[in-house]
Amino acid sequence: MTSTASTKRGRIQRAPENFLSQQDIKNYQNAEPNARRGFLRSAFLAAAASAAAFSPVAQGQVTTPAVEDGDPNILNLPEHSTHLGQAVATHPYGLPSKYESNVQRRQSPGLTQTTQSSVAFAPLQSLFGIVTPSGLHFERHHQGWWDIDPTKHRLMINGLVKTPMVFNMDDLMRLTSVSRFHFIECGANTAVDWGNVAVPTVQYTHGMLSCSEFTGVPLITLLEMAGVDLKKAKFVLAEGADGSSMTRTIPMSLILSGEVLVAYGQNGEMLRPENGYPLRLVVPGVQGVSWVKYLRRIEVGDMPYATKDEAVHYMDLMPDGQHRQYTSIQECKSVVTTPSGGQVLFDKGFYNITGLAWSGRGKIKQVDVSVDGGRNWRHARLESPIMSKALTRFNVDWVWDGKPAIIQSRAMDETGFVQPTYKQLRSVRGTRSIYHNNAIQSWLVQENGEVKNVQIA
Amino acid sequence: MFRLLKSVLLLACLCTHVFAQTTSFPGVGRIATPKEVGAWDIDVRPDFKGLPAGSGSVAQGQEVWESKCASCHGVFGESNEVFMPLIGGTSPEDVKTGHVATLLRKDFPARTTFMKVSTLSTLWDYINRAMPWTSPKSLKPDEVYGVLAYMLNLATVVPDDFVLSNKNMAQVQQLMPNRLGMQTQHAMWPGDEMGNAKKSDTRNTACMKNCAAEVVLSSQLPDYARNAHGNLADQNRLVGAQKGALTTQPERKDLSTPIKGVTEKLEPSKSDAVLTLLQKNNCMACHAVDRKLVGPALRDVAQKYPNQAEYLAKKIKSGGMGIWGNIPMPAQSASDSDIQTIANWLAKDAVK
Repeated sequence: MTSTASTKRGRIQRAPENFLSQQDIKNYQNAEPNARRGFLRSAFLAAAASAAAFSPVAQGQVTTPAVEDGDPNILNLPEHSTHLGQAVATHPYGLPSKYESNVQRRQSPGLTQTTQSSVAFAPLQSLFGIVTPSGLHFERHHQGWWDIDPTKHRLMINGLVKTPMVFNMDDLMRLTSVSRFHFIECGANTAVDWGNVAVPTVQYTHGMLSCSEFTGVPLITLLEMAGVDLKKAKFVLAEGADGSSMTRTIPMSLILSGEVLVAYGQNGEMLRPENGYPLRLVVPGVQGVSWVKYLRRIEVGDMPYATKDEAVHYMDLMPDGQHRQYTSIQECKSVVTTPSGGQVLFDKGFYNITGLAWSGRGKIKQVDVSVDGGRNWRHARLESPIMSKALTRFNVDWVWDGKPAIIQSRAMDETGFVQPTYKQLRSVRGTRSIYHNNAIQSWLVQENGEVKNVQIA
Repeated sequence: MFRLLKSVLLLACLCTHVFAQTTSFPGVGRIATPKEVGAWDIDVRPDFKGLPAGSGSVAQGQEVWESKCASCHGVFGESNEVFMPLIGGTSPEDVKTGHVATLLRKDFPARTTFMKVSTLSTLWDYINRAMPWTSPKSLKPDEVYGVLAYMLNLATVVPDDFVLSNKNMAQVQQLMPNRLGMQTQHAMWPGDEMGNAKKSDTRNTACMKNCAAEVVLSSQLPDYARNAHGNLADQNRLVGAQKGALTTQPERKDLSTPIKGVTEKLEPSKSDAVLTLLQKNNCMACHAVDRKLVGPALRDVAQKYPNQAEYLAKKIKSGGMGIWGNIPMPAQSASDSDIQTIANWLAKDAVK
C-alpha cells in the first residue's frame, strides 16, 4: 500500500504526456522546419520508453492564502453582504453579469472585408453544456440583418402543390408545434485551418457552431396542407426575405422524415433577429447556409436549383479540379473547448478536459481524448442528454505534470463513422477544399502553461 | 383598382373556405393569389424555368456596370477589395473543354466566380435577386441581361457586340468555362436524388493504444501573430480553470510567473454614435475608418479636410470621383441631419 493519494488517483490513468523535455522543446523551436520531424520523433520514442515512470507532481497541491490572517475577501464583509440589493425587474429583460463582458461573439480580423457579409464567432471556450445562449449564437449574414415586423411577415408555399398557399405568423404559431435540440454549423467552420494553422483560439477555429432548442412546425405539414405532389416532388427551394433573398435546395428525404422545421422559437423565446426573426428553416445535420433565415417562400420542384450558395460557394474543390456540389451533411466532428488555444494553465495539477461532439448523421456514440498527440486515447464521459444532430458535451479528468502535451478529441457517431485526422482528410480532399473540415483538432500545452493551436502531420 | 383587389381577396377567401375543409387544420392559411406568387416566385432554375423575357447588350451592360457594380467588383470584375473577384482565370480553351484548367494550378491565387460556376442560370438569378448589394432587386430584367452579357464578355465567353436574351441563354450555357466541372459522387447529400455515394470518403478507426507511429508538429502560428486577434486575455472569462493569454506581452517564462490580470476595458469612444450612423447609411460597405477599402479610409478624409464640414457634407450628398482614385462614389441619399453629423465628425473628431 503506497499512499491514499495514489489510490485516489487510480481512476485517472497516467497519460504519457511527458514525452517532450524542456530541452526538446527548445531544440524544436530553434530547429529548421525540416529538422523538426526528427526531434519530435525521438522525443516520442523516449516518452514511450519512460511511460512507467511515476510523477509526483499531480498529487494534491493546496495553496495557502497570501495574507497571514486569511483572505480579506472573507475577513472583510463585502458591501453586498451588508447592504440592500437591487429591485426586481430592474432589467425587465435580464442581462449577463457585467463581469461576463469578455464572453462575446467576435469577428475574425481580416477574414471579411465588409461587416454585413460577414461572420461573428461564438465564444465556445466560455460556454457550458450544450445550449448556446441566444445572444452568443454565431452570426453569418450575406447582406446584413434585419428586425422584421412579424405582423407583416408571410410564408408562401408554391411549385408542385395543388394549391399555392400563404401563411402569416398567427397561422404558423397556431399549428401543432414541436421543440427539438439541434446544432447548426456553418459549412465553412474551421475552413481557415484547412491548409495550415491560421487562428489562435477555438472561438475562431470552431465558433461557427451553436446549438439551440428550436420550436416550430414540420415543413411536411405545410406542404401537405398545400397538397404537395409527392410523386413528382424531389427537391425543395427555400428562400429568405432579406436583401440577398438567400436560396438553397433542401433535401426531400429530411422533409419527408419530419425533421425539417419552419421554426419561430429558439431557447424558449422567439428567434433573435440575427438568427432570422420571425421565421427560419431548421435543417438538422445540414450546414447552416441551408437554414434559411427570414424564410418567405418554399417552392416544391423536381430538380436541384443551383443557387449562388451551391453553384459558386459552399462547393468543395477536389484535387482533380472538380467541385463537389450539394455537399450538405456536416459529418461527425468534435473539439476540446478547454483547455484550448489562447488559454493559460495556472500550474501543474488537475484539469477537466471538456469539449463538444456532434454529427449530422445522428447521435454521438463515443468520444476519445488523447493528451499525447494521438498515440494513446481514453474514452471520455458523454454527458446527457445525447440527442440526434445536437451537440453532445464530453468530459475527461486529467492531471497535468507540467510537461508539453498535445490534447485532441475524436468522435464516433451512431453510424460508426469516426472523425478523421487532418492527414486522412487531406489524402482524399486535398488542401484547397475550404468547406466541411471535420478533422481532429490539436492543442499544444506548452511547459509555460500556454495553449497553442497546432497541427500534426 | 381597389375594387379589383377587393374582388380578388373575396375570391381568395371563398377558395380558402372550400380548401380548408379538405385539410386537417381548418382555418389556418389561405390560397396565394397568382399576383402574389408572381411577385415572389423569382427564382430561375438551371433549365431556365422562371426566366423572364428580355435582352441586353454588352454595351448596355457596361453602362449599368460602371454606375452600379464597379464600385465593389472593379471596372473589369477583377476587384478583390470588397468581394472575391468575379472575372479571371478562365481561357478560350476552357470554353471548349468545359473544365477550367486553372483550378488545377496550386500557384493560382484566387478562385473567381467564372472559374467555379457551371450554370448560367445561377448568375442571372443572383444578380436579379440580390444586386446591387445596397439596393437589391432594383435592376430591370433587361439590365440583368445586359450586366450578365458584359460579364460574359469580360470573361471572353461572348464577343463585344453580343446581345444576351431569354432566347439564347441555353446556347450560352454551352459555352460556360466550367460547365462540366461539378460532381455529386459524395455521401454528403441526405437521400439518393443526386445518385451520390453511400459511404463517406474518410475512414478513421477508433484505435486506443500506440496508434500513431510518430507525432510531428506540422503547423503553428508564428510568434508575430501572437496579438493578431486582439488580446486573448480579454476573450476569456475572469474566472475559471484557465485564463486567456495576455497576448499584448511576450509569453510568460514558466509556471512560476504569475498570470497577469485582464487589461482595462476601453471606454466607449466619442465616435461610437457616428459609427452607428455610418453603418445605418451603408457607408461602411465601401469605407473603413483606418484602412482603404473601395473608398479612402475615413481617417484620411478627415486629415485632408480639417474643419471643412460644409464641403464634406456637400461631397457626401453629391458623390464624386477623381480625388481618391477612379472608382466613383455614388450620390448618397442619407438624411440631411445624418450627413451633417457625419461631416462634422469627419471635420473635427475623426482624426483624434
